[in-house]
Amino acid sequence: MSEGITWTVYDADTMTQAEIYGQVLCDLGKINPKIVGLSADLAKSTKIGRFQDHFPERFFNVGIAEQNLFGVAAGLAKTGLLPFVSTMAAFSSMRAAEQVRTDICYQNLDVKIIATHGGASFGQAGTTHHCTEDIAIMRSFANMTVIVPADGIEMANVVKQCVDYPGPVYIRIGRGFEPRHYENEEYGFTIGKAVELSQGTDITIICCGITVFHAMEAAKVLTEDDKLSVRVLNMHTIKPLDEEAVMKAVTETRRLIVFEEHNVNGGLGSAVADVIAQSGKGCAFKKVGIPDCFCEVGYPEDLYTHYRLDTDGIIETVREVMNIEFEEDEDWEDEV
Amino acid sequence: MALSQEEFTLLNEKARQARRDIVDITGWSGGAHIGGGLSVVDMLIILYYKYMNINPQQPDWEDRDRFILSKGHAGVAYAPVLARKGYFDFDLLKTFNKFKSPFGMHLDGGKVKGVDASTGSLGHGLPIGVGMALGARLQKKDWWTYCILGDGECNEGSIWEAAMAASHFKLTNLITFVDKNRLMIDGTTEEVMGLEPLADKWTAFGFIVKEVDGHSFEELAAAIDYAHSKPGQPVVIIANTVKGKGVDFMENEVKWHYGGLDTALLEKAHQSIDKMYA
Repeated sequence: MSEGITWTVYDADTMTQAEIYGQVLCDLGKINPKIVGLSADLAKSTKIGRFQDHFPERFFNVGIAEQNLFGVAAGLAKTGLLPFVSTMAAFSSMRAAEQVRTDICYQNLDVKIIATHGGASFGQAGTTHHCTEDIAIMRSFANMTVIVPADGIEMANVVKQCVDYPGPVYIRIGRGFEPRHYENEEYGFTIGKAVELSQGTDITIICCGITVFHAMEAAKVLTEDDKLSVRVLNMHTIKPLDEEAVMKAVTETRRLIVFEEHNVNGGLGSAVADVIAQSGKGCAFKKVGIPDCFCEVGYPEDLYTHYRLDTDGIIETVREVMNIEFEEDEDWEDEV
Repeated sequence: MALSQEEFTLLNEKARQARRDIVDITGWSGGAHIGGGLSVVDMLIILYYKYMNINPQQPDWEDRDRFILSKGHAGVAYAPVLARKGYFDFDLLKTFNKFKSPFGMHLDGGKVKGVDASTGSLGHGLPIGVGMALGARLQKKDWWTYCILGDGECNEGSIWEAAMAASHFKLTNLITFVDKNRLMIDGTTEEVMGLEPLADKWTAFGFIVKEVDGHSFEELAAAIDYAHSKPGQPVVIIANTVKGKGVDFMENEVKWHYGGLDTALLEKAHQSIDKMYA
């Protein structure tokens, strides 16, 4: 239904991640009359306005009132409708955290949240508009599914799949100016299942969102220049986490690094660390994100470089982790 | 349409039973929000026994009227009303507050039949009600959404966000009540955080305000009938009530926001209720 969508970086005439979402939602809206859209004076910025243009009677702008936004979405879901709610990640996950938790997750309602401007993607706007805490917050809410798509193509897959995926879903995207990794939608996307983008046995890079593109660029360099066999896992679903893929990586590569556009506390890195720690299996492990501080101000690309989330940062970090002295234990059963 | 004598007698009987139930549950559960339960109960009774189009045998019937107890702490009043209405066995309420009970003080719609919205955290009910009313209108359904707020709850900003939206969207299929018992946990509403002029605030937000005695079935009925006429703007019924109504030693006493009852107090409470309905 969204075939023919193409997406090119930094070209205003083509679609950004958020625009693809807006278009896919329109396509879905044509075949599913239950879909309704909501925003809080950010219909244009979050691109859900495209849905509004097609289905004005099925779109509700509640003004700058995020608590009410998510409460209203819960009420709409209670009547059998399927609300997609779009506002910035900072306001979805923090301003309205209790409404998301109590009205939506506690009541296990089919509300899909598209949180835009996640991480440092609106870095120039300053700390109020950064959001490096949302994954930690959202993954602590029972019933919530948390997804961070790699690019606009993956976003299209997420939106299509989450229509039939039960319960609340938090989908975190950037501002729409992120580079594209995927060529098309046919790569076997399934919520809760990691995508192995590159096979490898020396080290595994686990990534989500913007870091997927950079991890793949880094993997090319590391393969060519360092002769490393690098596994790259696109861990688009943070919750429920694909624990099997994590443990397979631990067993088969024994060195793991997680890169994410989030505070190092509580995000994908912490989720992966939980799995490893509870397995009793030892491995070299590092998580890279925004250290426990408020993110600096600046354009996203400068921030990604500063926090070692871009291609060069990933290459450097992989080299460091490859140098960690790590005693491999052939018989791991005795560690459990 | 005025209440018939028959209706009035029925509502009185049901309210008396509900007050007895509230007191009993507070007794055996160890403690509950009895003051606000006793102030809101007459609104619950008139909605459940006169106005709401519901089917307790089919709690999820899609064309039912919806009810949201935004002041969710009054679960001690809401639960027995649902039980007596036939949603579940009254004896289940013996588990109230206990380990793995479906009944916490704030009712969980996932566990308690008949509860349309899980509430408890204040300021959440009206936004959900706005969503339900929008959902009904979009799907061309003619059922009503009723939502009861506490007056202290009107301190919450989200109530006013929702009020603005209800008015903006002209939700005449949503009927809001404020149980104005004038007391909060730390004192009176005016001491803790002044609400007055409360009616003017609602008017300014685009509502038509009907102020009534929240313990008078006639006045409540007149206000609800007016709201049913869909006067073009949403209606809020400000119900002036007495916290602890019916139990003399609790009435207008701040400390009875929440409490437990030993055998002696239970006896006194029942005597007082009997006297109220004598």
